[in-house]
Amino acid sequence: MSVAVGTECPVCAGTVDTPDDAMLGELLDCDECGSELEVTQLTPGIELKETPMCAEDWGE
Amino acid sequence: MPVGMVCTGVRAEEKMLAAAFSARGVELHVVDDRTIHGDLGSWPETLPRVDAVLLRSKSHWRNVVIAHWLESLGGRTINESRVIETCGDKVRTTLALLSEGVPTLSASVAFASAGGEMAAEAVGYPLVVKPVIGSWGRLIGKVNDRDALDLALDHKAALGGAPHSVTYLQRFVETGGRDVRSFVVGGRCIAAIARTSEGWKTNTALGAEATGLELDSALSGVSEAAALAVGGGMVAVDLFETEDGYLVNEVNATMEFRNSVDTTGVDIPGFIADYVLGQAEAAAAERPVA
Repeated sequence: MSVAVGTECPVCAGTVDTPDDAMLGELLDCDECGSELEVTQLTPGIELKETPMCAEDWGE
Repeated sequence: MPVGMVCTGVRAEEKMLAAAFSARGVELHVVDDRTIHGDLGSWPETLPRVDAVLLRSKSHWRNVVIAHWLESLGGRTINESRVIETCGDKVRTTLALLSEGVPTLSASVAFASAGGEMAAEAVGYPLVVKPVIGSWGRLIGKVNDRDALDLALDHKAALGGAPHSVTYLQRFVETGGRDVRSFVVGGRCIAAIARTSEGWKTNTALGAEATGLELDSALSGVSEAAALAVGGGMVAVDLFETEDGYLVNEVNATMEFRNSVDTTGVDIPGFIADYVLGQAEAAAAERPVA
């Protein structure tokens, strides 16, 4: 997976590496603060948002 | 032939599945479950009308609701609602395994604190208390004695809600921090991993290490029997290795496999994509001609 330019983490303002084949809704981790982030926009530029807290019925 | 995939965000698994469908030239509609809404008498407007929909919500309840909704309108979901409901509920999983004679851990239920204490005495310490609905090792507790049981029951009472009104107690099996996970797709066991952990919980979501495991007839046989018992489809089966053979611990209807492709060398997302396509073709063949 190749890596495109970094995108600002909405939690810690650090830099998150986003893949150049990113998908809408893709979940990424911020290496700097550990937050789980979701790709909420692909164009004109990638935007990230913190994902919701894990719910009781989440899982496999 | 287009197919749908409903998910809660795109995790590594959904991205691998998208690549597998793409490699097969299949038009895949990825729909976030948070956008799904509408009249129960009509197909959800954010989900294209396709012949098969792969349900991969993180939420058990969302998978159940969407499966029933689409099935009521003639849709084909993978997994089927009955499989999702059975696997998502540990009581129903145990009952399904027992009724089909699949080797599994003995388990008990109780409905109040006093009942929990009596059930624990019958199961024997140590035991494991699990939420009836839940995953990833959350809220699962190893109970070594009566004092620890009192705490577990107090916590369940404090958490409240319908799911915690039932106490599910399972015999603890000493595994040395190791269990087995097998993957069954369309009735066939295709791969397995061993999961090892420094603690007694072996969920990879909690950091357990996965290594590939060679399939043999015993492992494939019990895995396929477990899958059949919960209604078929595609599931991940968690098992313990004991002196008496494999015992099925849990069966998962929305399998995670990101750590199991490289470790086994098996193209799990490819198997899933092929199975979904087969289901879509079967659904299309059954569709009345307009």
